[in-house]
Order: sequence, then structure tokens, then C-alpha cells
Amino acid sequence: MRDFILKRVAALILPFICMYGLYVIFHGHVSPGGSFAGGIIVGLSFIAFATIYGLEKGRAKLPETVLNWTESYGTLWYGIMGMVGIVKGAPFLANKLAGVSLGAPGALSSGGLISLIGLGVGIRVASTMVTLFFTMMEEEP
Amino acid sequence: MRLRNLLFLLMALLAAYVILIAVAELPPYGMPDNPVHNQVSERYITGALEDAGVLNMVTAIVLDYRAYDTMFETIVLFTAALAVVVTLKTAERKGGGK
Repeated sequence: MRDFILKRVAALILPFICMYGLYVIFHGHVSPGGSFAGGIIVGLSFIAFATIYGLEKGRAKLPETVLNWTESYGTLWYGIMGMVGIVKGAPFLANKLAGVSLGAPGALSSGGLISLIGLGVGIRVASTMVTLFFTMMEEEP
Repeated sequence: MRLRNLLFLLMALLAAYVILIAVAELPPYGMPDNPVHNQVSERYITGALEDAGVLNMVTAIVLDYRAYDTMFETIVLFTAALAVVVTLKTAERKGGGK
């Protein structure tokens, strides 16, 4: 798996795969796709990088502290977004009831809290995939 | 031993019979007057744009109508990662002799 051609092709393609994953996360509410699928694609780009270039370089791209932070605070971010409803006097995780402006349907800023919540879920899924893969890859002798 | 196997076979046949009776009572698949096509799905289909303001109906259901469900799905992911990390890291530390 340490082929020269493979490394060059991966260096050309992988940034665009990562960008595409972020695009799917950010446009999850106006186009097909969503935060789960986008998070999987972002995580896949890092997993492919670590498979092709080796685990040390993959760890250098995503240090363990960054993974720990995203792993631990993704759900907390979701909860903070849910607390917006309580602060405004509406139920937990309320969106329209909390008085958040929904914007024009189809615009990137539409949907109120949905895109922010989706960003948290996407980062969460990506960090889970990468953490599982890195941890299992370290076990190999 | 043979009597026990016979008993197991009888119990399995009985369970299969009960399940098949339940399946035979199900309404035919895809009919428009089935009980699953109630006001909930109709509300999702007609009101997603108004209630959530997004074009993707799946996102409206996952992140707005059923936001609690998605929140605990992320906690499930966290638990899975936590279990793998705890199991494998502990094994590695024992092998390394630290």
C-alpha cells in the first residue's frame, strides 16, 4: 500500500473528497444528502489518507487531542443548540417555536438551527469513524 | 437428550405458528388505506416546508421533528467509540508492560 502512483493520485483526489464531504454537510438541508452522509465522507478521506500514507502521518493530520475534543464536545454542541429553545421559552430543541428566523427556503441560511445542528452531527460522525479506525489500526502488529 | 430436542422442535414450531398468524393478520403491503398512512406522515409531507423551512424533507424530519432521536443517535456513536477505545487501549497498555 506504499505505492508511488497511489500516493500521488491520493494527494490529488483526497482534498476534493474532504471538500465534498463538507459540502454535503453544509448543504444537507437544501439538497440530497445530510450530516450523517457528509460526516462519513469526511471521515473516509482521513481514513484513506491514513491507509495510504501510514498511521503516523494520519495521526499528524488529525492529532489525538483534536479527535478527543470533537468526540467529546459534538453532542454537547447539539445540547447547546437545543438550549436555545429553553432560553427563548420554548421546549428543548425547538426551532420554529423558539422564534428562530427560518429564512427563504432553498437558501443556504434557511432552516434556522437545522444547519448548525447538522454541522455538529457531521463533525461527530467523522470523528467517530476516524477514532474507530485509528484505534483498530494501532492494534495491528 | 432426544426428548429435549423434540421439545425444542415443538417449541420452535409453536413460535413459528404464532408469528405466522401475526403476519397473516397484517394489511396488504402498499395499500393507501393502511393504518401506517395516518395523519403523522401526512403532516410531515405537507408541513415540513412550513414548519422547518428546509427543502430536504428527510433533514426536516431527522433534525427538526425528531431531533431528540438524532441527539441520542450521536450518543450511541459516542458510546461505540468509547467502548472500542477503552477495550483496545487497555489491551495495548498491558502488552507494552507500562
